[in-house]
Amino acid sequence: MNRIESLFKKKQNGILSIYFTAGFPQLNDTLSVIRNLEESGVDMLEIGFPFSDPLADGPVIQHSSFKAIENGMTLTLLFEQLKDARQHTQMPLVLMGYMNPVLQYGEKNFIKKCKEVGIDGVILPDMPLDYFERELNSVFLENDILNIMLITPETSEKRIKYIDQLSKGFVYMVSSNSITGGKNNMDLQTNYFSRINNMRLKNPTLTGFGIRDHQTYKTACQYSNGAIIGTAFIQHIAEHGVEKNSIQSFIKKLRK
Amino acid sequence: MKKLKPDKQGYYGEFGGAFVPEMLYPNLYELQEQYESILQNSSFQEEFKSLLRDYAGRPTPLFFSKNLSKHFNAQIYLKREDLNHTGAHKINNAIGQVLLAKRLNKKRIIAETGAGQHGVATATACALLNLDCTIFMGEVDIDRQKPNVERMRILGAKVVAATSGSKTLKDATNEAIREWINNPVDTHYVIGSVVGPHPYPDMVAQFQSVISQEIKQQLKEKTGNGHPDYIIACMGGGSNAIGAFYHFIDNGKTKLIAVEAGGEGVYSGKTAATIALGKKGIIHGSKTYLIQTEDGQIVEPHSISAGLDYPGIGPVHSYLHDTGKAQVVNVTDQEALDAAFHLSKLDGIIPALESAHALAYLHKMNLKERDVIVINLSGRGDKDMLTYQKFV
Ligand SMILES: Cc1ncc(COP(=O)(O)O)c(C=O)c1O
Repeated sequence: MNRIESLFKKKQNGILSIYFTAGFPQLNDTLSVIRNLEESGVDMLEIGFPFSDPLADGPVIQHSSFKAIENGMTLTLLFEQLKDARQHTQMPLVLMGYMNPVLQYGEKNFIKKCKEVGIDGVILPDMPLDYFERELNSVFLENDILNIMLITPETSEKRIKYIDQLSKGFVYMVSSNSITGGKNNMDLQTNYFSRINNMRLKNPTLTGFGIRDHQTYKTACQYSNGAIIGTAFIQHIAEHGVEKNSIQSFIKKLRK
Repeated sequence: MKKLKPDKQGYYGEFGGAFVPEMLYPNLYELQEQYESILQNSSFQEEFKSLLRDYAGRPTPLFFSKNLSKHFNAQIYLKREDLNHTGAHKINNAIGQVLLAKRLNKKRIIAETGAGQHGVATATACALLNLDCTIFMGEVDIDRQKPNVERMRILGAKVVAATSGSKTLKDATNEAIREWINNPVDTHYVIGSVVGPHPYPDMVAQFQSVISQEIKQQLKEKTGNGHPDYIIACMGGGSNAIGAFYHFIDNGKTKLIAVEAGGEGVYSGKTAATIALGKKGIIHGSKTYLIQTEDGQIVEPHSISAGLDYPGIGPVHSYLHDTGKAQVVNVTDQEALDAAFHLSKLDGIIPALESAHALAYLHKMNLKERDVIVINLSGRGDKDMLTYQKFV
């Protein structure tokens, strides 16, 4: 069974997934970040491959992406870095990034390579649903890579059901209509969260965008199976580096 | 003649589509579902046409340039989009989209701008039609197109500097899209060219197609034949080019030529010549040719002309290029400058730096005396005075 699906089978509450940009702050930090996050008790990782024009991202992730590109990070190099990752960790690993680098790598090659290095899922925010269904769904299925899709407060009920049907693993519930790194008040979103809750989707949900501290993490966990944290973690390692102690204390503070 | 339209998903052949994050889906879906019926609505058409006529000053003249014709030994006409209110073709699209936004009950307009022409046009339409207006402009462009920044402010628009990446048009577009993600319900994004996700390329092309409609009629009145041998237009995203081409595509006669910014030379590393260097990929939600690294990072372009300083082209132009229906060429910064000064002295018209790229290509053609050529003079040079002063 795919590691993401196993995780949700084992654990339904308080799942914590961390996003970080590969190649940031240093080009070769990828494996130590993975290891230190695992040892801090994180449940799942989203490894971002950088893109020059990240449309859905705020200044913090934009900056980490530019820096990573400047450092020399490419998809080819990332796969090279990840090739031994499975000797160190059995956590679910998800790759996240934009379509253009994937197109240049070759969409099918990309999925196959994910399989080869032990990636479990992919998040491509700018891949349209109909395009996925038409062009790539079968390749994802063949390689047992899950395509994780997003819903937002503005997504219609009909479309949420459709996304849920097409999804495996979990549905990524974007907390508010915003780019990443927003300082939105999660309490204002509880109507939306309970609306989704009441829809009884077949997939579990994780809440992301704007989760940044214990309070917002708790709210996310109350209404979904857990939370995804990106900007706050990147800010943390930008300021404090990727040492194990520092990462552990960041995670501990979140979970309390 | 069949009009050039994308398919239901917004594809011209393999180009186009709507590669956007889910956060933008509701906005785009609303537009995709409604734009065609709003545009075809007769009261909309009436309002649009009357504003183009009485407010923007259309039809713009088709000027037979005796001096250019003599110089190049051919029959050369200038389509005077520079005589539009606000000084460029951009007003056609800005009025169209702001009217559309009104019908969608939007309260607020955002737009990106490169040369500032689209920003000024949008700010103008918003002043006229009483909508709140915010314009995103790259920091570099704010410096080199100062007069337009002041114009936008006087018109009541807020100008926000885009400080990411190359700080030019591509980054201003990123910032506008992010702003739209953050304000999905009450805001309409007025894209300034035939770029972006479906339905923008088709919608903007329709608003700009008035250019070729007029050329055809005016040329017929002047020469008895509405179909020229050549149409030449500069190409940033490609809105003035598609506007000038629209009614001549596949007519079996007219050669359509789009001129890109070669910058300091196609292989200088400082260029915006997308077709010369580009590979297929996705930029601003659309599959098209763009200048990028092997790893799929978008390369920061260069052109002396802010309006052409863009690493992609509209998907319709990738399609026209690949199918041989149009030819894409490029000229350098220097060639464009020379052509701008040449036209200023020869005809008493100071063109925009963008439009000067179209003029510059005349020097590279093998023309016959009876060839009829229409140059789309997309804008005037007032905004480029700071640059021109440096080179006279
Ligand atoms: C006068 C003028 N011409 C051309 C352009 C390029 O845009 P497009 O290729 O969409 O016509 C601009 C853009 O700012 C412009 O101001």
